[in-house]
Amino acid sequence: MMIPVIVAENIVTRFGNKVVHNGISLHIKEGEVYGLLGPSGCGKSTLMREMIMLETYSEGSMTVLGKDVSNISPSSAQELRKQCGVLFQSNALFTSLTVAENIAVALQEYTSLSQKLIQEIVAFKIDIVGLNQEDGRLYPSQLSGGMKKKAALARALVMDPQLLFLDEPTSGLDPISAREFDNLICKLKEMLQLTIVMVSHDLNSITTTLDRMAVIDHKKIVAEGTLEEVMAIDSPFIKTFFTTYSKYLR
Amino acid sequence: MSVSHANLQIETRADQQYFIFSGLLTLSHLSKIETQLHFNKSSEKTQKMTFDLEAVERLDSAGAMMILSRIRKMEGRGYECTLNFSNQEFGRLLEMVKAHSHKEKSFTADKISLLAALGKTVIQSLKTAMSFLAFFGQMSIAMFHYLSSPRSIRWKEIMFEMNESAIKALGIVALTMFLVGIVIAYQSSVQLKLYGANIFIVDMLGISILRELAPMLTAIVVAGRSGSAYAAQIGVMKITEELDAMRTMGFDPYAFLVLPRILALMIMMPILIFVADITGVIGGMLISNIELGLSPALFLDRFAEVVDIRHFWVGLVKGPFFALLIASIGIFHGLMVKNDTQSIGVNTTKSVVEAIFAVIICDAVFSIIFTNLGI
Repeated sequence: MMIPVIVAENIVTRFGNKVVHNGISLHIKEGEVYGLLGPSGCGKSTLMREMIMLETYSEGSMTVLGKDVSNISPSSAQELRKQCGVLFQSNALFTSLTVAENIAVALQEYTSLSQKLIQEIVAFKIDIVGLNQEDGRLYPSQLSGGMKKKAALARALVMDPQLLFLDEPTSGLDPISAREFDNLICKLKEMLQLTIVMVSHDLNSITTTLDRMAVIDHKKIVAEGTLEEVMAIDSPFIKTFFTTYSKYLR
Repeated sequence: MSVSHANLQIETRADQQYFIFSGLLTLSHLSKIETQLHFNKSSEKTQKMTFDLEAVERLDSAGAMMILSRIRKMEGRGYECTLNFSNQEFGRLLEMVKAHSHKEKSFTADKISLLAALGKTVIQSLKTAMSFLAFFGQMSIAMFHYLSSPRSIRWKEIMFEMNESAIKALGIVALTMFLVGIVIAYQSSVQLKLYGANIFIVDMLGISILRELAPMLTAIVVAGRSGSAYAAQIGVMKITEELDAMRTMGFDPYAFLVLPRILALMIMMPILIFVADITGVIGGMLISNIELGLSPALFLDRFAEVVDIRHFWVGLVKGPFFALLIASIGIFHGLMVKNDTQSIGVNTTKSVVEAIFAVIICDAVFSIIFTNLGI
């Protein structure tokens, strides 16, 4: 039996008077690629930000890797952060550091390994995301959009996290780079045995990379499951969203 | 049972050395093992080494990397190395790490010599100076076009900037100059009292505040307050591509952003200096009354008598020139921001420092001119 990595129970999120989530429950199993889908502004990113402790929810409970994130001591929160890698939508690479330094910074801070081994680990991460070793010396402003994504992914993977969060990983990439990126995600998941949580709008990545997904609409989860299970559900958003997809297939 | 740490046991049997790893061979537990491996001395007889991973509970890519890098090093020295494990997962991971590793890679930047660094800095400064000239030229052309067709003047933006960078600065400028007036009067009253030259404090305060102190201090406050704001605002607009968006929509950034700021500050600077004059003199008057017993009536009487109106005009005339320098340096540095967050900080700092420096130089030039003209 697979162990759930993230369990959310009846999450309610309010910003002032505005209710964003009204009783969201989901569970994400170990080793799967899980997608959070839904129309713009439905709170997908907010839900993900709650999982990585950047925002707090108003009611309900959420456990990540067996820890309750709303009631967690600073030190175990720090432990949890080391087990999670996050790729932000705008990459959020540190502009004052080179790519290699961006990747190495967590190692420098959290481990006392020798510089030689750190450099080797950095070279390895640069290689697995498909960048050239020479790119390590460049600054983020010298990189193209796709390279920035890859560099940010390498940084997210540096601590060998069990959980990887991706916020719209293929947005802003051309279709070819986007497919390449999807393949990369699948490959990395196999190689590093990751559990991946991803917010996405890209139909192609949804159909090719996701194992399971949750569709959020009208503050609730309208569907959770595999692509077939989700498509079988009668909801206006799912209908319009996936009709484009079936047209696409033909 | 779970072992919470990584352990390494080193045993030597005959010509073989055994490295027996156990526990969690993961990133956060590696450093102890790494030092243990690093300081391990092998005896003369040792020819074979065995790395045993049978007792390891978890292995991640960093752990695999460390072991493989060790084996590579030892094989390079002529030892025969074997790796022992039965976990299929470990095998897969080790294979993967081996396939993607680059040995002896270094990402540290090349060091450059002192001379090269000096040359770079000089060239960089020259380039910055050249581009400031280019900016100033472009701004002058835009200003010419702008003022030659009065209908294109964007009064709304100018008014907005007047409020933002001058009206809202009135309080701080007035307070600063009031305090400076107090300090100057206090210090000089002690000296003047010694000679019984109490009444001359009026001459001293009047001329120094109207002519030099009020314009200078106003310029410094405005440079710190508005010059830096211009640099930061325009810098962020450049990073978020707002400037490019304006250009593609046919809005000339010079007409919309640059000139309103410069004109607003040039118009308002004399007014700020005027306010500074008033509060500075009031501060001085207050202390003269307390320390030297000069009544305000007497002070003002003497003021009208000895402080010529030209001193007031000299101070005021400098205003627009200081404003032009402060605003154009601030905006120029905003436009120099490159596509990273650090350059906003660097350019904002530079804008303030250079604006104050430019104001002081400009003031010195005015001093020479006015002295030679006998004003």
